[in-house]
Amino acid sequence: MAYFIQQLVNGLTLGSIYGLIAIGYTMVYGIIGMINFAHGEIYMIGAFLSILAFTMLGVTGVTWMPLALIMVLLVAIVFTSAYGWAVERIAYRPLRGSQRLAALISAIGMSLALQNYVLLTQGAGVKTLQPIIRGGVILYATGNFTVILSYIQIFIILLTILLMAIFATLIARTALGRAQRACEQDRGMATLLGINVDRTISLTFIMGAMLAAVAGMLVTMYYGVIDFFMGFIAGLKAFTAAVLGGIGSLPGAMLGGMLLGLVEAFWAGYFSVEYKDVASFGILVLVLIFLPSGLLGRPDVEKV
Amino acid sequence: MANQSSLGLEKLRASAVLKEAGLASLVALVLALPLIGFRTVGGGDGLSFEFRWEALVVSVVIVFLGRSLVTAMHGVWRLNRFSLPGFQRFGSVIERRQVLLILGIIVLALLFPLMPEVDRRAVDLATLVLIYVMLGWGLNIVVGLAGLLDLGYVAFYAVGAYTFALLGTVYDWSFWGCLPIAGAVAAMFGILLGYPVLRLRGDYLAIVTLGFGEIIRVVLTNWVALSGGPNGIAGIPRPTLFGLEFTRRTREGHSFHEYFDLPFSGDHRIIFLYYVILILALITNIFVLRIRKLPIGRAWEALREDEIACRSLGINPVNTKLSAFALGAMFGGFAGAFFASRNGFISPESFTFIESAIVLSIVVLGGMGSQIGVVLAAAAIVLLPEALREFSEYRMLVFGLAMVLVMVWRPRGLLAHRRPTLMLNPSRPIAPK
Repeated sequence: MAYFIQQLVNGLTLGSIYGLIAIGYTMVYGIIGMINFAHGEIYMIGAFLSILAFTMLGVTGVTWMPLALIMVLLVAIVFTSAYGWAVERIAYRPLRGSQRLAALISAIGMSLALQNYVLLTQGAGVKTLQPIIRGGVILYATGNFTVILSYIQIFIILLTILLMAIFATLIARTALGRAQRACEQDRGMATLLGINVDRTISLTFIMGAMLAAVAGMLVTMYYGVIDFFMGFIAGLKAFTAAVLGGIGSLPGAMLGGMLLGLVEAFWAGYFSVEYKDVASFGILVLVLIFLPSGLLGRPDVEKV
Repeated sequence: MANQSSLGLEKLRASAVLKEAGLASLVALVLALPLIGFRTVGGGDGLSFEFRWEALVVSVVIVFLGRSLVTAMHGVWRLNRFSLPGFQRFGSVIERRQVLLILGIIVLALLFPLMPEVDRRAVDLATLVLIYVMLGWGLNIVVGLAGLLDLGYVAFYAVGAYTFALLGTVYDWSFWGCLPIAGAVAAMFGILLGYPVLRLRGDYLAIVTLGFGEIIRVVLTNWVALSGGPNGIAGIPRPTLFGLEFTRRTREGHSFHEYFDLPFSGDHRIIFLYYVILILALITNIFVLRIRKLPIGRAWEALREDEIACRSLGINPVNTKLSAFALGAMFGGFAGAFFASRNGFISPESFTFIESAIVLSIVVLGGMGSQIGVVLAAAAIVLLPEALREFSEYRMLVFGLAMVLVMVWRPRGLLAHRRPTLMLNPSRPIAPK
C-alpha cells in the first residue's frame, strides 16, 4: 500500500510535466492541424535556459527562494517563448496552406536543427543542478517503507494546477481565447470577421512555449539532470498524452498527461523500468482502437 | 520621369530592407543571448558560466546579412521561390525527358564501379546511397502512393535486418535464402501493426508508427537473450555469388577469386555488394512502376485523393491501406537484410528515429510519388553530410536547416509530382494548394 501511494505521487508529478508539454501540442494541433514536432526541443531549451538562470543567480548570490524561483521562471518563459515564436515564423508560417507533410518535414528539420544548435552551443555532456528545494512531508510510514511527498513534488503539482486554471480562464473568457477558438473552427471565417489569424497563431505558439518552459524548469528542479537530447522522448510522450486525452482538448491534454505519468510510474514500479515506454505506447494504441478520438476529444465528423 | 520614380522606389526599398534586417537581427540577439552568448560549464559540485561575446556578435551579423540578402531578393529584385530562374522548368524538363534520364541513370549506375577513378570508398558510398534509394522507394508506396504518413519505417528495416542476422548467425542460413524470409517477416509486422491502426486518421497513424519504431528499438535494446542487446549481433554472413564467397580462403569449395582465377582483392566484395543493392533497388522500382498500373495501385492513389469517394465506390479502405503498408514494410525488410549483410554487424544504434526521418525526408524532398526525385534526394541527403565532413560538428545542424529551407522554398518537393496516374480531365492543372 505504501509503495502504491509513493508511485501514485511520483506518477502525478511526472504526469503534470507531461501535461504541461502536451498542452502546447494540443493547442497548436487544434488551431493549425499540424504536429509541432519541434515542441519537445522548445521544452529542452526551456530546461537549458532555467539551468543557466539558476547558475547566474547562484553566482550573483540571490538566495531568497521565492525571488529566485520567480526570476528563473521569468527568464525561462521570456526567452523560450521567443524561440517558440521564431520557430513558427521561420519554419511554419511560410508553409501555411501547403500540404501537411511539408509542414511536418519542416518541423522535423527544425527539431534536428534546434537539438544540434544546443549541442553545439552548450556542449554534449549532461548538466547537473544541485537540488534547489529539499525535504518533504512524510505521508505514511510503515515499518520498512515511508511515503514521502517532497516539497518539490508539491510545488510541481500546485504550479501545474495554477497554470491550468489560468489557461482555462484565458481560453474560455478572454478575447484572445475567443479568437483562438474561432481560428480553430474556421480560419477563413475568422479572417473575414477581422481576427488577425497570423497573430493569433503566433500567440498560440508563444503560449505553448511558455508552458513548455515551465515544464523545462520543473524538470530541471525535479531531476537535476538535463541534456540536449531530452526533448525528443519527452516530446513523443507528451504528444502521446495529447492524443490519449483527445487532441485539441485542453483538459484532455492534462488528463492524458496524468494518465501517462501514472501508467509509467506504476509500470516502472511494479514491472520493469526498461519497458515503461513500451507500456505507454501500448496504452495509446489500445485507447485509439476503442476510442478513436481520445478520451475527451470531439468525434471527428467526415464530410464530403 | 520613370527613371526618377523607380530610383525613389529603390531608395525606399533599401531603407525597408535595412529595417527588416535590423528587426531580424534584434530577434536574433534575443534568441542568441542566452544560448550562444552564455554557456554553462562545469558540473558535479556547482556550475558556472562563461560569456562569449564574439560568438554572439558573429551570429547577429550573420542574421543581419542573411536577412538583408533575402529581403533584397524578394523586394528589390523581385525574385521569389517561384521565379528563381532555371529551377522552374527543371521539374518539367525532367518529366518530359524521363525515359532518357532514367536510362542514363541506370547505365551510369551499372558502369559506376568499373570507372577508372572510382575507388573503394566511392563505391561504398554509392552502396549507401542505393540503400536509401531502396528505402525511399519502399516508403514511397506508403507515403507517396497511398498517402499514409509513416514515421516509424525504420522499424521494418530493423525487423528485416534482425531476421536475417539471427537466421544467419544461429542457423547459418545464407543471405539469398533469408532475403524473402526477412521481407515476409517485415510484411507480417506491417500487417500486425497496420491492422488495428489503419482505421484511424492520418496523424494518429503517424504517432502510432513513430511509437512502434521506438518500441522495436527498446525491445531490441533490452531483450538481450534474443538480440544481444546494445552489443548487437556480429559475424553476420556475407552474400555469396551462387555459393562463391568473397574471402581469401574458404572452408569448403571455391572463393570468387579462385574460381575466376583472379588475384585476391577486397574490392571484389565491395563491388559485388554494390551490384546486389542496385539490382534489389531496381526490382523495387520496377515493382512499384508496375503495381501502380494494377487495380490495387489505382486504388491506393484514389484512396489518397479521396477516401470517402473510394468507400462509396466499394473499395475497402482498410484492406487497401493494409496492402500498401505491408508491401512498403516488405521492401524495408529486404533493405534491412541487405544492410545487415553488408555491415556484418548490427545493433539498435542503427535503427533510431533519425533514420526514419531521413527516409521520410528523402521521399518528401524528392517530391512525393516521384521515383527519380527519390534518387536525387537520396544522393543529396547521403552525400551532403559526407561533403560537410570537415565541418562534422555542424553537419546535423545544417542538415536540419536544409530540410526546413527546402520545404519553405519548394513545399511540394524538389520534383513536384503528385499527379494521379489517371485523371478524367487531364488538361486541367491541379490547383496549387
